[in-house]
Amino acid sequence: MTEMQFKPGDRVRVLDAYPLGHVRTPFYIRGKAGVIERCCGAFPNPEELAQMRDGLPAQPLYRVKFRQQDVWPDYRGSPNDVVEVEIYQHWLEKT
Amino acid sequence: MRSHHDMGGLPAGPVERHEHDYAEWERRVDAMAVVLQRKRRLTVDERRRAIETLAPEAYDRLGYYERWVVALGQTLIQRGVLTSAELARKMLEIEKRD
Amino acid sequence: MNDPGTYRPLSYFQLMEVSLRELLVEKGVVTEEELAQEVEAMRKRGYERGARVVARAWVDAEYKKRLLANGTKACEELGLEVPALKLLVVENTPEVHNVIVCTLCSCYPRMLLGIPPEWYKSRNYRSRMVREPRAVLAEFGLQLPETLTVRVHDSTADMRYLVLPMRPAGTEDWTEERLAGLVSRDSMIGVAVPKS
Repeated sequence: MTEMQFKPGDRVRVLDAYPLGHVRTPFYIRGKAGVIERCCGAFPNPEELAQMRDGLPAQPLYRVKFRQQDVWPDYRGSPNDVVEVEIYQHWLEKT
Repeated sequence: MRSHHDMGGLPAGPVERHEHDYAEWERRVDAMAVVLQRKRRLTVDERRRAIETLAPEAYDRLGYYERWVVALGQTLIQRGVLTSAELARKMLEIEKRD
Repeated sequence: MNDPGTYRPLSYFQLMEVSLRELLVEKGVVTEEELAQEVEAMRKRGYERGARVVARAWVDAEYKKRLLANGTKACEELGLEVPALKLLVVENTPEVHNVIVCTLCSCYPRMLLGIPPEWYKSRNYRSRMVREPRAVLAEFGLQLPETLTVRVHDSTADMRYLVLPMRPAGTEDWTEERLAGLVSRDSMIGVAVPKS
């Protein structure tokens, strides 16, 4: 498996990238900054599995916690409200 | 460019909460996907990709299992488990039976 | 080409389903029995297994800790067969309310809750739950005070989620079985809370 680069508590940003193919990083979260909530383990890369390839080496998958206020400019609710998204390591960079 | 299926955050209407019992053919589509995945004949990722590459109007207009059965068929053809020609012949054969 | 007098029982998609199935059986890829067995298994699978897990966590504090640490192992501990399920359980508290959505498709802990309801897979739920969870929850009849934090989980990859609702008050001496009866499917998705 590819080496784990992040640990819980790390501040990360989702790449502001818009590639082609089958991608599991939702549009709404691209370019947003959050905090690593946990590493879920490593799994074959779904982007590659979708293309009938084996997706190896397995890629670390993280849950990243984002404050809703940081994601939506017009968010109405508690300032503590969060959205937590599973994101593959190659979509994240340290901030 | 946002993919049509990638809809998180887009404005939308109230959630309609009616539920319906699934039809037999819908359950069979689901079962077919589960069994084929279990036998490693295709992956859920390939199926998802096939759904995501439906034309937007098709994605919106088709019901959930209608999208699934199309995606299943596309994936099986992509994998070489069956060919378009075989599928065409079979569909015509079954239509004639009725 | 359609004779208006002709009864056409199969839609295009139903025709597709039959055709794929017959071809797969002819080619020896699957058998009719395998498919029939899977249809039966799916039909039998409601949300009872999820409710069992919740009820156990309510009565057994150590089990709850294990469930929150590793959802899949904790299910297996109860003898539940959950092949390929990577379960993550999130706990409701007096400070935090959890709710699950899959914005990209319809990922759902099917081994514990059965087939997801139509609304979970709908455009409106998938689009709005990440952006305005409180408004959507209000539509479901759940009014949450601003003092309560809302955590939305978008099931985008390999994990599947179950909400562990709060145990209703006044159930201190209830049996596990009776408690399981309080746990609704919707409370394990996070759009409802158990009634007491």
